[in-house]
Amino acid sequence: MKDNKGMTLIVKTVIKFLAPIVILFGVYIILHGHLTPGGGFPGGVVVASAFILLTLAYGTEVAEKKMKRSLAALLESTGALFFLILAVLGIFLGGWFFSNFLPKGEPLKLLSAGFIPLANIAIGLKVGGGIFAVFLALVIFRVAGEGGEEQK
Amino acid sequence: MLELYSLIILMILGSLVAIHTKYLLSAVISLTLVGLILCVTFLYLQAPDTAITQTIVEVIALVILIRAVPIEKDTMGRKGAKETFSAVVTTIFLVLFAFFAYRALLDLPQFGFPLMRVSEGYIREGLVKTGSANIVTAVLLDFRAYDTLGEATVLFTAILGAIIVLRKAGRK
Amino acid sequence: MIFFLSFILFLIGLYCVLIKKNLLKIVMGIVIMEYSVSLFLILLGYKKGGFPPIVTPGVEGTNFVDPLPQALVITAIVISIASLALIISLCMRIYQKYKTFDITKIRKLKG
Repeated sequence: MKDNKGMTLIVKTVIKFLAPIVILFGVYIILHGHLTPGGGFPGGVVVASAFILLTLAYGTEVAEKKMKRSLAALLESTGALFFLILAVLGIFLGGWFFSNFLPKGEPLKLLSAGFIPLANIAIGLKVGGGIFAVFLALVIFRVAGEGGEEQK
Repeated sequence: MLELYSLIILMILGSLVAIHTKYLLSAVISLTLVGLILCVTFLYLQAPDTAITQTIVEVIALVILIRAVPIEKDTMGRKGAKETFSAVVTTIFLVLFAFFAYRALLDLPQFGFPLMRVSEGYIREGLVKTGSANIVTAVLLDFRAYDTLGEATVLFTAILGAIIVLRKAGRK
Repeated sequence: MIFFLSFILFLIGLYCVLIKKNLLKIVMGIVIMEYSVSLFLILLGYKKGGFPPIVTPGVEGTNFVDPLPQALVITAIVISIASLALIISLCMRIYQKYKTFDITKIRKLKG
């Protein structure tokens, strides 16, 4: 085997098929947050958990190639900025902070509820990026005397 | 009602096991068990959004806690006069606390009949005013979006703090 | 008295925080207290015979449980995972410096 980091072949193969489905499920939860149970918070954590699965199965290097820690932190900041911009746009377009300035649309359809789906996407980016960044920071950190690094 | 009581008593037993076992790994696992029973309880109490969030956060909390736990026994439960004294004092404090809290909890509305002065408006006008079928999302992102903004700030600060504490530059 | 049962869960967490000498056990006590608080809030919003607060097409009526505590508890849960990560990173730094999780020994080493 070329890369014998991470877990066994069985786990790796299962994760290879499972991770895209988990990401898809997370995106579904985020986009349908205004119609079904879910929303930005759980959806973002589901997407982050897919990358956490990859990290656990393949080791840190492969997961870093897919999603760097700086990229995850950047996504988190983007989500926060996006949310704030939506809130401030409400002042100019709707009259007050966090006013729902987009048209409501037809209820119970995917494209409805004004800016709530956009805010859900912002929250999902923020939560997912943040949790994955902090998980990578926790995994990369090594206490002296543990793992490969010997205590001096 | 009986299911609810048995679920909560199961949670109490699981947390007792979690704080009394000597092995830290089994303590973490029973803690996760308590969290998973908690999300079954949320489903029973008609809160599916909260149940989804609790399930996934629970699994990630398990991973994070296992990352920190060394595989060794918790050998810090030494017996001595000082430990016995502190245990007795703590128990007396907790019993007093429980007594006064019981008196306070009697004033709450009866279980199953909540006061919904604010929420009635949200339920009545939620679909019309925001267009969102999920009233919880409507409350979260429209009626009470300030709360969500504050939550985002707290989350950002906590993650920033964790990354700064774990940074490599301070490893001397 | 179902509110008091969730309060007992809070007391167990408080006991763990006050008595235990292992840092990780203290963290677990804090997590148990978080569980009990979110359970208490959701119990407070339960309505007998109520439905989840989601409007479904084809179903009339608004006999819903209270949506406000649920929205607050969702934010509280997500904050709890971030603060747990912060606490754990602090614990790992302490372990790196003192090679132990015992709080009495850490206090002695402070000098």
